[in-house]
Amino acid sequence: MFDRSKLDQMKDKANQYEAQVEKSIARFPERRETFVTGSNSEVERLYTPEDIAEQDFLEDIGYPGSYPFTRGVQPNMYRGRLWTMRMYAGFATAEESNKRYKYLVEQGSSGLSVAFDLPTQIGYDSDHALSEGEVGKVGVAIDSLADMEVLFDGIPLDKVSTSMTINAPASILLAMYIAVAEKQGVSADKLRGTIQNDILKEYIARGTYIFPTEPSMRLITDIFAYCSEHVPQWNTISISGYHIREAGSTAAQEVGFTLADGIAYVEAALEAGLQIDDFAPRLSFFFNAHNDLLEEVAKYRAARRMWARLMKERFGAKKEKSMQLKFHTQTAGSTLTAQQAENNIVRVTIQTLAAVLGGTQSLHTNSKDEALALPSEQSVRTALRTQQIVAYESGVTNTVDPLAGSYYIEALTDQIEQEAMDYIRRIDDMGGTVAAIDKGYIQREIMDAAYEYQRAVELNEAIVVGVNKYQVEEESPTGLLRVDPVVGENQTKKLQALRSSRDNEAVEAALAGLKKACEGDENVMPFIIEAVKTYATLGEIADVMRSVFGEYQQAVIV
Amino acid sequence: MEQMIRVLVAKPGLDGHDRGAKVIARALRDAGMEVIYTGLRQTPEQIVAAAIQEDVDCVAISILSGAHNTLLPKVAALLKEQGAEDILMLGGGVIPDEDIPFLLDNGIKAVFTPGTPTSKIVECIKENVTK
Amino acid sequence: MKWTEPRQIARLISAVEDGRPGHEEQLKELFYQTGQAHVIGVTGPPGAGKSSLTDKLAKYYVDQGKRVGIIAVDPTSPFSGGSILGDRIRMNDLTTNPNVFIRSMGTRGHLGGLASSTHLVKQILDGAGADIIFIETVGVGQSEVEIVQAADTVLMVMVPGLGDDIQSMKAGIMEIGDVFAINKADLPGADRAKIDIQNMLTFQPEKDWLPLVQMVSVKENTGIEELAKAIEMHRSFLNEEDRLAIRRKRNTRNELIDLLYDKLYRRLVTQGNFERYLEQIVEKTLDPYSAIDKLLEDLRSENEND
Repeated sequence: MFDRSKLDQMKDKANQYEAQVEKSIARFPERRETFVTGSNSEVERLYTPEDIAEQDFLEDIGYPGSYPFTRGVQPNMYRGRLWTMRMYAGFATAEESNKRYKYLVEQGSSGLSVAFDLPTQIGYDSDHALSEGEVGKVGVAIDSLADMEVLFDGIPLDKVSTSMTINAPASILLAMYIAVAEKQGVSADKLRGTIQNDILKEYIARGTYIFPTEPSMRLITDIFAYCSEHVPQWNTISISGYHIREAGSTAAQEVGFTLADGIAYVEAALEAGLQIDDFAPRLSFFFNAHNDLLEEVAKYRAARRMWARLMKERFGAKKEKSMQLKFHTQTAGSTLTAQQAENNIVRVTIQTLAAVLGGTQSLHTNSKDEALALPSEQSVRTALRTQQIVAYESGVTNTVDPLAGSYYIEALTDQIEQEAMDYIRRIDDMGGTVAAIDKGYIQREIMDAAYEYQRAVELNEAIVVGVNKYQVEEESPTGLLRVDPVVGENQTKKLQALRSSRDNEAVEAALAGLKKACEGDENVMPFIIEAVKTYATLGEIADVMRSVFGEYQQAVIV
Repeated sequence: MEQMIRVLVAKPGLDGHDRGAKVIARALRDAGMEVIYTGLRQTPEQIVAAAIQEDVDCVAISILSGAHNTLLPKVAALLKEQGAEDILMLGGGVIPDEDIPFLLDNGIKAVFTPGTPTSKIVECIKENVTK
Repeated sequence: MKWTEPRQIARLISAVEDGRPGHEEQLKELFYQTGQAHVIGVTGPPGAGKSSLTDKLAKYYVDQGKRVGIIAVDPTSPFSGGSILGDRIRMNDLTTNPNVFIRSMGTRGHLGGLASSTHLVKQILDGAGADIIFIETVGVGQSEVEIVQAADTVLMVMVPGLGDDIQSMKAGIMEIGDVFAINKADLPGADRAKIDIQNMLTFQPEKDWLPLVQMVSVKENTGIEELAKAIEMHRSFLNEEDRLAIRRKRNTRNELIDLLYDKLYRRLVTQGNFERYLEQIVEKTLDPYSAIDKLLEDLRSENEND
């Protein structure tokens, strides 16, 4: 990056500096012996051109909007359009969630984001035995198309973009969305949005899986194929590092394991006969925004550069769009503390800055009370305002990738790329991501990092303000949002009514058709859409698939 | 001969966030205890059957989905039904302070919220398990 | 001790594991009920699927109306003395079945693939009325020969792709298997593994039982019934010509020696003079050989005074 003779001239000065520091430390020792990032990676006292001497500006950094996209996927980034401020929300019933969506749209939120309750995420109806106590708790309960119709009532689906956090039963919820749109008179090709649809990270970190790996990968490629033809504007997968990080991984692991998942999906799609440039532009990513501001910025930049290189060099993509890593970000839930919950607003602000300085396409900011319960409307507003203040008042949006060229940022970007590539190589050697998950390798690496961090906190090596330093006695907070326990009962009543009022023969016929498709190798999407239209329930559809595919057995990794 | 403390670390309900449960399992192991870990999606019945067969001194339950008011008392009630209410029951996870008195009244000895050092949980078990 | 009182069974097991005194009377009584159960040792390399296969086999036996006891042994950390016992995770469906009792054990420093009290735990489950008892070993490699002394039938679980490992295992561990299961039969190389194992077994001298090799897939739930049949064939073989009695006598001899060793060791070490002799040995005023003679002498006079 720099002229060698200039670098050589620096040597004397560098030695002088070292001597000076040594002298000063001898008198006043530094606060700690080694300084580390939030991911426990050692940080030097000072970074200079020497640290990035090997970098080539055009090859490694370059211009935004062009390969390798280190600096961003658009040429002018936020000067053109701000990121999408997308607030994940979903409460108890479809009616309540619908109200919240309308409120958010009024408040200037430019995209909807649907959180589903756990029974929905695992393909159980609200009246299933395992659903007890869970209905409507972490999101909205959807049992059938009827609930979905209420959820999006009065929201024109050709005008909004909707992100649905749904994985194992993603095909079913997408089918319902398509069916609701059709009822509104909106054709599928007008629909914009995202389904998470990332099953591998469920096995690794989040735990809401249903089927074994093989049929799960088939469902995903069926969705890819169906959407590229019928729902072309839909982002068919959001390959998620967010939960990997929440499970305790380091920043480099987050990038390495997430891109390894991405590679697995690409390979599965290629094997299913899809063409790389047909589906790759619809792949999107989802990362975490943690507290170590500069490490996080470097992380996003490294991920973008790596994906571009992987797509071009490993998979021979030709379209630039195939090489662009576009990502959604959510601030780190695991950094929120129950103690002095107000402090969380500050943490979220730092994390917001990290995501924006890292060039995110959309962002969800957590609310201060999420370590305690579901967020209240007021705390959700503050979280959204945090984004708006960064967008309109902080000035960081005025120029593209403002931290580029910082010796530290560029060195750290390189370092994260190298560490993440090492993980990908190791996973390749094991036979790919699915094999590495089966062996428990990825889970164990993450658990080791998580445990390491926990020990650091307990030994006061890592400081968490309000938790192991600057604690105060405080009153317990009040006014937390809670889900009415009758939600479960109501949902069950609705289900009973539905089962007796729908055309059950049509349901049976549609489910039988779906079963046959699952047993064969036809694309299952049209059959699922047929089934949801007959008001077959989510649980009924998932049960048909369970009967053919079986259920995933967790690898035992502690 | 030493008197080993045995703990069942359990995750009832459907939530799949097992970072906390696993960190605690490791911490208890490192504190010299035998930890039986049964994985995700356990019903209260399964938890209680495992607790009895394994003759654990403590059942530590991690729950983040908000279903604590349903599931924790149910485990406690089933233990009692089996005459095993002497087993120490601990709960942890995203549990609002205002729910804690209810849980304490329903058979849970202590509730730990996010940010609790694992050493505190170890201490609590050692204090309450007399062997 | 009754099968329908799992809490009593579980508590006696803990007492035995912890070496707590005062349970001998119970064990004495229990002893006369033992000997009915068929004890199947499950061993093999890590990742072979021992727990999952045990789960499937146990389900098969439960469906046949049998009572099944499962003892799953995991390693204890040598640093903290604690352990994480995770084998149940594979058997969650069985947990609430009244005909199944599952117990996890840490090795607590014992080598050989089992815990030192595994034999006693086996006896407790046997005496409580189990028809079938599975003992799943730690599965850390080649030192797991102790299972032979605990089981009537040793089931060795293998997976394809071990290739060279099988060659190197020939020397020791392969010889202990009575029945071999090749799990993950859907993986490439399964047929090859079967041939390798069969070839190797053919060359084992001095065995009147040629071990059976069965392909299974826990994932696809295939081959389980056939495997159970193979295990039953071995059991029938044992029932001929007093073989079971001979095998059990050998095992009982080992168990008796263990119990004797344990009791003597404890009495000798806890008696008054042990520490004093130790001091003297350290001070070189007594040699260890004479110390042992003195300890035994002390024990005898102690008994005479009783």
